[in-house]
Amino acid sequence: MSDAPKLDDLSRKLLERAAPGRAQFEDLVVVPVFAVIVALILGALTMLATDVDLPTIGRSYVALLQGSVGSLNAISETLTAAAPLVLAGLGLALGFRTGLLNIGAEGQILMGGMAAVIVGFSFPGAPFVLLMPACLIAGALAGAAYASIAGYLRAATGAHEVISTIMLNLISYRLIDYLLRQPWIQKEGRADPISKSVPDSAELPRLLEWIDPNLRVHAGVFLVLIAVLVVYWVLFRSKIGFEFRASGESPDAARYAGIRSGLIIVAAMAAAGALAGLAGANQVLGVLGRATPGFSAGIGFDAIAVALMGRSHPFGVLLAGLLFGALEAGGRQMQVDAGVSIDLIGIIQALIIVFIAAPLLVRAIFPWGFRGSDKAKGPTP
Amino acid sequence: MTEVVETASPKVSKIDTREARQAKIVGTVLIGLALFTGLVFGSDISGNATFRLSRPTDPWALPNLIVPAAPFNYIVAALLAFLGARQFLRGGVRWTSLSLGIGLALVVMAFLVWATADKAFSLTGMLQATMVRAVPIALGALAGVLCERVAVINIAIEGMLLAGAFTGALMGSLVGGWGGLLSAVVIGGLFGFILAALVVTYRMDQIIAGVVINLFVLGLTSYVSSQVFAEHRFLNNAPVFRSWKIPILGDIPVIGPMFFNQNLFVYGALILVATATYYLFYTRMGLRARAVGEHPRAADTLGIDVYWTRYVHVTLGGMVAGFGGAWFTLGSVGRFDENMTGGRGFIGLAAMIFGRWHPVGALMAALVFGFADSLQQKLALLNTPIPSEFLAMSPYIATIIVVAGLIGRARAPAADGKPYVKE
Repeated sequence: MSDAPKLDDLSRKLLERAAPGRAQFEDLVVVPVFAVIVALILGALTMLATDVDLPTIGRSYVALLQGSVGSLNAISETLTAAAPLVLAGLGLALGFRTGLLNIGAEGQILMGGMAAVIVGFSFPGAPFVLLMPACLIAGALAGAAYASIAGYLRAATGAHEVISTIMLNLISYRLIDYLLRQPWIQKEGRADPISKSVPDSAELPRLLEWIDPNLRVHAGVFLVLIAVLVVYWVLFRSKIGFEFRASGESPDAARYAGIRSGLIIVAAMAAAGALAGLAGANQVLGVLGRATPGFSAGIGFDAIAVALMGRSHPFGVLLAGLLFGALEAGGRQMQVDAGVSIDLIGIIQALIIVFIAAPLLVRAIFPWGFRGSDKAKGPTP
Repeated sequence: MTEVVETASPKVSKIDTREARQAKIVGTVLIGLALFTGLVFGSDISGNATFRLSRPTDPWALPNLIVPAAPFNYIVAALLAFLGARQFLRGGVRWTSLSLGIGLALVVMAFLVWATADKAFSLTGMLQATMVRAVPIALGALAGVLCERVAVINIAIEGMLLAGAFTGALMGSLVGGWGGLLSAVVIGGLFGFILAALVVTYRMDQIIAGVVINLFVLGLTSYVSSQVFAEHRFLNNAPVFRSWKIPILGDIPVIGPMFFNQNLFVYGALILVATATYYLFYTRMGLRARAVGEHPRAADTLGIDVYWTRYVHVTLGGMVAGFGGAWFTLGSVGRFDENMTGGRGFIGLAAMIFGRWHPVGALMAALVFGFADSLQQKLALLNTPIPSEFLAMSPYIATIIVVAGLIGRARAPAADGKPYVKE
């Protein structure tokens, strides 16, 4: 295990940059694959422990595979589930890179989705080319505004963003409950809290309806791809992205270099909120068609895991989001086919993250096959 | 903050401007609250608000507290305006925390008087419910204090509470209440130990480790409850600890029902808070633990085993959270539901920061949340025109205000969140 030469940090980093060979391959490919396999095995053991017989376990994993990539419909479901995870995950990754621990994606998704719905049903006559983008922008702006509250408080008073974003989440649940009871939002003739539906001209069009009307994959996937590229460009190719990362790596150094840390914090939170708001708009315009209490369905929290697993890198987030989307879609199939509760997926997701985020643990369990690199993880939030 | 970079002592002036800004923000908030109180709570109410302090059956019954509603609220508004204006004057900075605390308390009183004008309201009943609802939050916050004092950020409080609740229900159904409680504590400790192992030995990022434990516990407990409990109902039917009234003390008006006529979990939480305060601040072991949180290298140099200390305290924190988790099942309803902790662990985390990383502060903060929680329930009976959602939001908004107004000066343990690598 200790075959790695004891280099100091700096020279090791230089070496890594000079020779991105085996360590990167191991970190980026072998460890995640290994993590998925071990997590699936441990998931099977969990099923065994709760009295599920072996054939059912086999059936459930076949269903998991079929439900995620086994058919056109499965792939469509995977992409549909992955889209909001990637969007919100990108926002969180941006925050993590800036050294901000934003727990508030859930609230930002709710506010973004709600704003998109309100704009959508307010202008039922508007043409698609105007209304759909307007809804998306409204969602992004609402998310950004909501996240900026936490950013501003952090910058102006030092209030920790973990607390303020958790509180903003809790506030947003109540606010949505309240809004959904208002007569100008609530669907006519309904007593339960449910909003009016957005008109067809506001919806993200379904892409494969001409093959089968049940295929739910929608134009949100393009939004996701654009967002990944934009975030990559902003983070690694633009001046403000450099300022984000510099503030995240060393706030003091960034401040002495003349980077206005307060502004950067607010900007990063706003950008993160805009992406989360887009995720919410994506859900209501592409999948749900209206807002209900808790329509965010925990996406904001799963997105934390996605961002961490993707090591706060846009492409990593994309892959992690796809994996989580696949597990989600496959899990639903598993529940239908094998009668195993979809909650098993939560266990498997947690285990995957443990194995990816703790390379030392992986190496302790499997001392062979992994080079003893000390590279612990990506940026620390 | 940019202009201070060039000055000779950037740190000092930075803190000064931040505090001055905080003082002004607090002043603005207080004046806003004064206007709100005067316009909303003061106008168009009449009569007296009657607060019942004891039940007629109590041995030492107190008379009802009767407050003339409109004059009381105008006085409150005037006081708030004074406190707010005070923030903008010279030396206002010194009064920020105190003014904010008093101001928020006054607003709550004004609100209560406004809501109960011309009606009667059982204050004692609400205070008793406050205590009960504060328990899981206080215990979660205490678990957080124990972990963060040795510089381990514990985001996993939520998961530990949930694990405690689940184990309490399962083992409580199998072997009875005490067995269930003991197992909940053990399982909480186990997850504490796992967290310690992940972050201390395997140097995993502390936030990631916490998020993972939350995900894992939520997945596992939901899975078992839908896969196993749904078929075998008897596994999810635990006995509940009833309240024990302490003789004599339990008969004191107001305080008696709040502190001395409660169940095991309330007494346990109070004792644990007292013990933890004594331990952390008045014993040698506690001093060592805090040293590990502030400057692990120095502690290591002095011969304190940093890793061992962190393991012990995070495990202890897990046990406290497990005990708090058992409240959800063994202390209230006796059965487990998916995700029944509903974010209380995160509120506990907020209470810990709100309480400035101190056990007593954490308890106080938890009481504030508990108070808001029970207030919201009781107010449904009083029929106020304010939508209940906004009442439900108010404690969270208050937390944000308080955190923004106060926490600039409270400080986390210096090494918080950083892994320690022994040389």
